[in-house]
Amino acid sequence: MNIFVAGRYSTKVGELWDLSLADLFVEAVNGVINQAELEPPQIEAVFVASKAAGEFNHQLHLNALVSQFFKHQPPAMRIEGACASGGLALIAAEQALLSGQYKTVLVVGAEKMTDVGANRATEILSMAASDDLERGSTFPGLYALLAERHMAEFGTTREQLSAVAVKNHRQALNNPLAQFHQEFNLEQVSCSPMIASPLRLLDCSPISDGAAAVILTSKKIKNKPRIIGFGHAQDSLDLAHRRTLTELVATKRATEQALAMAKLTPQEISLAEVHDCFTIAEIFAIEDLGFFKKGDGGRATLAGETAVGGKVVVNQSGGLKAFGHPIGATGIKQLVYVADQLEQDRCQYGLTHNVGGSGATAVVHILSKQ
Amino acid sequence: MIIKKSVGIVSYGTYLPHWAIALGEIEQVNGKEIGAVSKSLRVEQKTVPAADEDTATIAVAAAQQALERAQQASQRFSKSKISSLFIGSESHPYAVKPTGTMVAQALGLSEELAMADLQFACKAGTQGMQICASYVLSGFSEYGLAVGADTAQAEPGDALEYSAAAGGAAYIFGKNKLIAKLLATVSVATDTPDFWRRPGEVYPQHGGRFTGEPAYFYHVEQATRLLLAQTKLRPDQIDYCIFHTPNGKFPRRVAKKLGFTQKQLSSSLVVEKIGNTYAGAVPLALASVLDQASTGKKILVTAYGSGAGADSFLFETTPNLVQQRKKWKNLLADRLNSLESISYQEYSNLMKGRYH
Repeated sequence: MNIFVAGRYSTKVGELWDLSLADLFVEAVNGVINQAELEPPQIEAVFVASKAAGEFNHQLHLNALVSQFFKHQPPAMRIEGACASGGLALIAAEQALLSGQYKTVLVVGAEKMTDVGANRATEILSMAASDDLERGSTFPGLYALLAERHMAEFGTTREQLSAVAVKNHRQALNNPLAQFHQEFNLEQVSCSPMIASPLRLLDCSPISDGAAAVILTSKKIKNKPRIIGFGHAQDSLDLAHRRTLTELVATKRATEQALAMAKLTPQEISLAEVHDCFTIAEIFAIEDLGFFKKGDGGRATLAGETAVGGKVVVNQSGGLKAFGHPIGATGIKQLVYVADQLEQDRCQYGLTHNVGGSGATAVVHILSKQ
Repeated sequence: MIIKKSVGIVSYGTYLPHWAIALGEIEQVNGKEIGAVSKSLRVEQKTVPAADEDTATIAVAAAQQALERAQQASQRFSKSKISSLFIGSESHPYAVKPTGTMVAQALGLSEELAMADLQFACKAGTQGMQICASYVLSGFSEYGLAVGADTAQAEPGDALEYSAAAGGAAYIFGKNKLIAKLLATVSVATDTPDFWRRPGEVYPQHGGRFTGEPAYFYHVEQATRLLLAQTKLRPDQIDYCIFHTPNGKFPRRVAKKLGFTQKQLSSSLVVEKIGNTYAGAVPLALASVLDQASTGKKILVTAYGSGAGADSFLFETTPNLVQQRKKWKNLLADRLNSLESISYQEYSNLMKGRYH
């Protein structure tokens, strides 16, 4: 499969009070075009990811918003799949390239979340849960149910959850674009304010502003990272209809597709940016992606097997936890980060894992150095 | 702006309600871990106004103490010589009808009076102090009375509920027999909507974390840096610093960022025992410092008002302060010591009566 990452760009992630949604899109689009050293008319189509710009910023019709940045106004579409919006926009772009309709496309995602207060943001985010069966729930609440089940079945501990946050905050210290540059110890995470038992404040990813963009092309480019596999799978919108509450089946199925396409095993992948919207989500991810057997993710994390220097480096960027989680941008910024590491020759293969809701949507990408 | 002529504080007074509620009571009712919010905000308890207390009564009580002290200090002082009065608050009892006229009448001030209520969130009180100093400097008033007072509103369950408190302080400005000279003052203002209450609304709304970096910190830092630049002073040349106290956390953080030590700041942190008294906050914090400072001490004060702006002042204490203080009763520390704790139920009843 010939899909190359011709250009990549992430904005700083954080509480970007002086930047609007449009400012974020402009920065990401200009940034990726400059990085790719392309001329704007070479962009044949645009795929725009955002979870909830309508609710956060009173702005819909984002495809037109972004397309108008270009004099030639390329065809554009907006894709929404909750927190997996970015991953889905990549999938849509890849399908378009594989179909042969376009040769070079732009994928850009942004979320401007701090224009509303924390209560309203929580309410907006909860729209990704089932309004029929989970009305009134929050995502910390839903992931808390998953955490409780995992802890009950496999003995996953409070300390193991904390180890995810400690690692990701530490790793974010080396990422200048990360929202947080602050280290925490296990005790600080374990004693942070309770949000939804057993999840505490420092188990949760933050509310973030940010944007990220990639230019994907089916034209062969030397020394640029290549997408060698992708997968996309769904599960029930609500937790009640899941086959199990100790694995995210959509992640497993998306991973199987991506690995088959890439002709790789999980053991050959040494760098993974996974969807750690909550600490428990990273433990689920590293098990469902096949890096560790079911129930062993907490132990492996506490033992340092997912930290820099470990068996597989998970969320070297800081992940959603510390790099930040500007929702529509997240799936794309993961790919930007992995592509960056590959181009700097830090590893041979890298993986990204983007989840929507409590696991109803999952997107997995595998990239190689060339 | 550097002030070369003689102007400053002639007298001051404070007032706090009798009741206080520990934050633990509010934490319990809101289902929080006991001590979690209190530890984060660095506020132990907050004052609660009685059913018959409002900004007008607080202003009168604080101003009465200031008048008594001024009369005690000099027989030449007379309250009839006060010809300007500015009361800053965000809880004026009436939307239309001045608080100041009620206060002036209750205090028995002269009818020859330039007077207006001020509103600029938590810095309305200090803006009144700056205006009074200007009236004295221009010769428009021999004495000016500035009051910052509030009975702050917060919706039950909102983050504001943990700190919204009541209290106030009054300052008489003049040009002779000063207890603290005003050496410089500067203000900043930008359109930064971090906190607001529209007409007809009972409780204010706020922008959550937006009230931090782009609002409080930006404006407090900017006004303070301007004042330091204009006075060519370094933080280590200041004896006391006072920064607006929406909680105990923000002033500590901004003091550190600006290069001040906790020792310079600590005397002003009455917020820990009284909560956020809004327009009364910096006037009360300044009173706490003046209650302790010796002669010749430089006090840097920066108030913050949401919306947003900041007022910075540089005062220097005189021998009159120490001399007069010997006769004073009811220092702020005495008021803190006489606060009486109430339960959430009692607090809730008092609050309900206030709004319905």
